[in-house]
Amino acid sequence: MLEQLYNAIFIGSIYALFAVGFALVFSVLDILNLAHPTVFMLGAFAALFAIGTLGLPWYVAVPFAVVASGLFGIALDRIAFAPLRRRGAPPLSAMISSLAITLIVVRLVELRYGGDFITFPSGTVPSFLIRIGDATLEGVRLAIILLAVGLMAGLTFLVRQTQLGRDIRALAENPRAARILGVDVERAIAATFFISSALGGLAGVLLGFAYNSVDSKMGLPLELRAFTVMVVGGMGSLPGAVVGAYVLGLGEVASLVYLPAELRDAFAFGLLFLVLIVRPTGLFGQRATDRA
Amino acid sequence: MIEATLDFLSAYSTLIALVGVNALLALSVWVTLYAGQLTLGNAAFMAVGAYVAALLERHLGTPFPLALACGAAVAALVAVPLGLTVFRLRGVYLAIATLAFGEVLRVILLATPITGGGQGLNGIPPTTELWHIYLSLAVVAYVLWRVQGATVGRAWAAVREDEIAAASQGIAVRRYKLAAFVAGALVAGWAGGLSAHITFSIEPNDFAFGKAVQILVFAVVGGIPNPLGPIFGAALFTALPELLRPLRDYRDIFQGLVLLAVIIYLPRGLVTVSQLRRTRRLQQIGAADVA
Amino acid sequence: MLLEALGLAKRFGGVHAVADVDLAVGDRQVIGLIGPNGAGKTTLVNLISGHLRADAGAIRLAGEDITRLAPHALTARGIARTFQGVRLFKGLSAFDNVLIGTHSRMRSDVVRRLWPRGVPDRADREQALSLLARIGLARRANALAGELAYGDQRRLEIARALASKPRLLILDEPAAGMNPTETAALRELMRALVSEGVAILLIEHDVRLVMGTCERVAVLNFGRKIAEGTPAEVQADPAVREAYLGAEVA
Repeated sequence: MLEQLYNAIFIGSIYALFAVGFALVFSVLDILNLAHPTVFMLGAFAALFAIGTLGLPWYVAVPFAVVASGLFGIALDRIAFAPLRRRGAPPLSAMISSLAITLIVVRLVELRYGGDFITFPSGTVPSFLIRIGDATLEGVRLAIILLAVGLMAGLTFLVRQTQLGRDIRALAENPRAARILGVDVERAIAATFFISSALGGLAGVLLGFAYNSVDSKMGLPLELRAFTVMVVGGMGSLPGAVVGAYVLGLGEVASLVYLPAELRDAFAFGLLFLVLIVRPTGLFGQRATDRA
Repeated sequence: MIEATLDFLSAYSTLIALVGVNALLALSVWVTLYAGQLTLGNAAFMAVGAYVAALLERHLGTPFPLALACGAAVAALVAVPLGLTVFRLRGVYLAIATLAFGEVLRVILLATPITGGGQGLNGIPPTTELWHIYLSLAVVAYVLWRVQGATVGRAWAAVREDEIAAASQGIAVRRYKLAAFVAGALVAGWAGGLSAHITFSIEPNDFAFGKAVQILVFAVVGGIPNPLGPIFGAALFTALPELLRPLRDYRDIFQGLVLLAVIIYLPRGLVTVSQLRRTRRLQQIGAADVA
Repeated sequence: MLLEALGLAKRFGGVHAVADVDLAVGDRQVIGLIGPNGAGKTTLVNLISGHLRADAGAIRLAGEDITRLAPHALTARGIARTFQGVRLFKGLSAFDNVLIGTHSRMRSDVVRRLWPRGVPDRADREQALSLLARIGLARRANALAGELAYGDQRRLEIARALASKPRLLILDEPAAGMNPTETAALRELMRALVSEGVAILLIEHDVRLVMGTCERVAVLNFGRKIAEGTPAEVQADPAVREAYLGAEVA
C-alpha cells in the first residue's frame, strides 16, 4: 500500500514536470506542442550520451541534458512555430509542424541508437533503497519527487515574482497589449520554450534514471497523458497541470488494482472525456473555448 | 499499353488500394472540418466499421456489401453520443475530446472478447477489389462536392465561419454539427470495412492516436477548399514512403521535412497553391480555416 | 403586441446585467433602446434573440411564449438581428451571406443538388440579389464579405437579416462608424421597412437617429429600465440625463 502510494506520487511527479512545460507553452502561445514528448526523449538520450559517450558523471549529465533540452526548445520554436506565427496561421498548423519535427527527430535518434531499449552503463546511475516497515522503496524516486516539488516551487516564484515571469504572463494574457507595453516578446517566447523544454527534458532524464531504460518511443505514452493532465487541471493553468498530474498518477495506480491491464489506459481517456464534457475548464482553467 | 498498365496495377495494387482507403478516410475528416469541427476520432470510427463488417461476415455470413453498410451504420450510430456531447467545445478542446472518445472506443474494442482482444481478428477474406475502393471514393467525393452548394453545405460553412451568427440565420447549429460528425463517421466506417478486407487481419493498435493524426494530416495538408484537397493529401503522403524507398532509413526524415515545408509555406493546404492570392486574402480577413 | 418581454433578468456571477426589464414592440413600430455603455442593452437583446437564457421573466411573440427557444427557432418565427460588432461570414461572398440568411425558409435540397445541374431555388437566389441591390451592393455580390468596407459590411448584415423575411428586426448599433450620408440612408431604409410591415427594435448611441426614427424609446441603466416614453419625454427626463451625465449639480 505504501509502495503503491509512493509510486503514484513518483509517477505523478514525472507527469507534473512534463505537463507543466506543455501547459506553459499552451497558455502563452495557444498551441499544443506535439513535439514536447520528443524533448522528453531527447533529455533522456542527452544524458545517455553524456554518461555513455562523454564519460561524464551523472550529476553533470543531468544539467547537461536539461540545458540541451532547453536549447532544443528554442530551436524548435525558431524552426517550427515562429514562421507560422508570422503569417497568423491557425493553431492547428502549429500542431502539425510540431508533428513533423517529431517524425524527424525520433528517426534521427533511432538511426544513431536503434529502436530498442537501452540501459545506462552499469554503476553510472545512482540507485539506493529505503526501507520503511515492510516496504522497500527505490530511493532515487524520492529524490525525484523532492526535485520535482522544488522545481514547481521555483517555477511559481519565477512566474509570480520576476520580471521575466511577468512578461510571460502578460504575453499569455494579451500578446498585442504586451508588445505595446514594451514587453520583449521574442525574449519572453524564447524563455517560455527554454523553460518548457528544460522541464520536459528533465522529466525524461529522471524517468530514464528511475527505470534505467531509455528508448526512442518513450515520449509517446506521456503525450496522451499530458492531454488528460492539462484538461483535468485546466487548460493552460500551471498549478492545474501539477494537480492534474498527481490526480492522474494516483488514479492510474488505483485503477491498476481494480481494472484489468488493458483498461488502464481507458481510465486516463475516460477521465479526460468526462471532464471535457462536464467541466471543460478543468479544475483551475478559465477559458474552455477560444479567446476570440 | 493496356498490358503495361495492368502490370503496373498488379505490382502496386496494395499501395493503390491503400491510397484509395486513405483518401476515403481523409474525406471523412474533411466533412467535419468543413463544418469547422476539428476531429481526431475518425480512426476509431474506422475501427468500428472494420470490426463490425468483419465480425458480421465471419459469424453471420453476411454478404460483403451488406457487411460494409452495417459497419458504416454502426459507426455512424456510435458518433451520435459524441456529437451530442461535444457541441460546446471548440478548437483544440474539441480535438482532444474527440481523440479521447476515440481512444475509449478503441479500448472497449480491445476489451470485448468477441473482437479477439489484443490479438485482433485474423483470416479475414480479402474480398475488397480496387474497383470497390475507387467507386466508393468517386461516389463519396462527388456527393461531398455537390453538398457544398446545397443548403446543408452552406449551413456548414456558416457554422464554420461564425456559429452565433449562423444560429441567427435560422441554422440549428447543434444539429448540423451532429450531422457533420455522423457523416464523417459513416464514411470512415465504410472505409474501415473496406480496409479490413485488404489487410486480412485487424487489431486495435491499427486504429490508435497515430492513425487519427495521420488522417487529419492528410486532410489539412491536402487542403480544405474542396474535396480534392484531402484526396490529394492522402495520395501524396501514402505514396511518399514508396517514392522515397531508395532513401530507406531516411524516409521518415524526408517525410517529416516535406510535411514541415508544406505546413509552413502552405498552411491552408497543398491545393491552395493554385489559389495563393485568394488564400492570402482569406487569411488576412480572418476567414475561418479550422478552429 | 408583436413582442412582449416581461420581467426579464440575467445575472453573470454577481452582476445583474439585466434586472426586471419590461419591453414591448408593436406591429410596424420602431422602438429605441438607449443607455450608457454597459447598461445591459446588448444583454437584453441577446435574451430576446435567444442567444442567452433568461434567469427570470418571459418573452412572447404574437402571444406565443418564446422564452426558452433557441436562436434558430426564433428566426423561423420571424425575429432577425444584426450584431454590435458585425458578425458576417467573412470568408464567404456577400451573395452567399445573404443567401444563408434565407436558410429558415429554404427547402432541403441535398437530393436535388446531387444532380449535376441542380441549383438552389431560383426564388431564393433572386431574393438575395434584390436585397443586395437594395442596399447598393449588387456589383460586389461576389466580393468576400471580410474585404468589404466597414459601412458596406454593416449594410450587408442588415440585408442578411432581411433575407429571412422577419416580422421583427433587431438592429444593434447599426450606425456605429457610419458617416451622415450613410446614416441618412439607414433612416430611409428603416422607414421603408416599417411601411412594408416590419417592426424594428433599434439600439443606438446616435441620438439624432433614435429621436428621428423611433416612436417610443426605452432607457436602460445598470440593467434596469429607468425611463420610457416618446423621444421628447425621454430627452427631458432628469433620470436619463443623470444616467448619461452624472448627478446634476444643484
